[in-house]
Amino acid sequence: MPEISLNILDVTMNSVKAGASLVHISVKADTSADTLTVCIEDNGCGMTEEQVARVTDPFYTTRTTRKVGLGVPFFKMAALQSGGSFDIRSEPGKGTVVTAVFGLSNIDRMPLGDMAGTIHMIVTQNEETDFVYSHHIDDRGFELDTREMREILGGVSFKEPEVSEYIKEYLRENIKESENGTVL
Amino acid sequence: MKSLEELKAIREKMQGSVAFRSDDSNQTRVVVGMATCGIASGARPVLTALSDAVQNKAVKNVAVTQTGCIGLCQYEPIVEVYEPGKEKVTYVKMTPEKALEVVDRHLIGGNVVTEYTIGALAK
Repeated sequence: MPEISLNILDVTMNSVKAGASLVHISVKADTSADTLTVCIEDNGCGMTEEQVARVTDPFYTTRTTRKVGLGVPFFKMAALQSGGSFDIRSEPGKGTVVTAVFGLSNIDRMPLGDMAGTIHMIVTQNEETDFVYSHHIDDRGFELDTREMREILGGVSFKEPEVSEYIKEYLRENIKESENGTVL
Repeated sequence: MKSLEELKAIREKMQGSVAFRSDDSNQTRVVVGMATCGIASGARPVLTALSDAVQNKAVKNVAVTQTGCIGLCQYEPIVEVYEPGKEKVTYVKMTPEKALEVVDRHLIGGNVVTEYTIGALAK
C-alpha cells in the first residue's frame, strides 16, 4: 500500500464486515515523541484469542474462497518498517482495537495520504455504520462524528450530492487546518 | 475550521425537497471491488471518480457502491456494471480515466466499452 490512508480504509472495512454499529478512527501525530499513531476501534463481533493470534499471519484467513488474508499483515508491516509498533486486541461480542504506531520522521514511513478522500468514502458508502474520525497534530485537531451529522440531517442521506460535497469539504478543510502547513 | 452550521443550512434548504429515489428494480448498480487487493491496486480513486462523475453529470438511476474481493485479484481494480435485464459487464484494470469513459460511453451512452472488459483482456 503506497499510503497509510489505504491501510486505514482496508482495515476499517473489516470493522464494517464485523457488524460494528460504531467505529472510532483516530490519527494522531505527536511531534515530541516522533510518532504517528493510527487507531481503529469497533464494537463489532470481535475475534477469539486464537483468531487474534493468527490475524497478522498472511496465510491465515477466515475466507474459504482463497488462502491468504493480507489486510492486517500489510498494516503491521507498514508500521514496523518505520520503526513503530503494532497491536491488536479483541474480544468476541465486544469488538476489536487495532493500533499502529509509526515513526513520524522515519524515512521508511509511508505518507499518510488522502485521509479526506478515505474518510469521505468510508462514511458515505457505509451509512448503516456510524463513525467518529479524529485527526490531531499535538493539540491541534478536529473530530467528525456521523451521529451528530445524522441528527442534523434527519433522514437525508450522506449520498445526497450537496451533503456528500459538504462532508468532503469539511474533512479537507479541517485536516488542512489541523496540519497547519505540515503534511503527514 | 468548518463547522456543522453549514450542514444545518443544507438540511433546511433540502427540507421537503428530498430527492426522489427510484425503486431498485430499474436501477443500474456500479460495483467497485474494495478489498485489500482492490485498494492496493488503486480502487479508491476509481470509486471516487465514478461517484463524482455520476453525481456531477446527474446520471439517473445509477448507484455506485463497493464490495469485497471479487476473486480476480490480478485484474483489480475491477468495476462491475449490473443493468436490469442485461448481462453483467466486468471492467478490469481500471483507472479514474477509464472510469470516466465508462460513465460517458456506457452509463450515459448505453454502449459497453468493450476494450476495457475482461473479455478483451483475455484475448
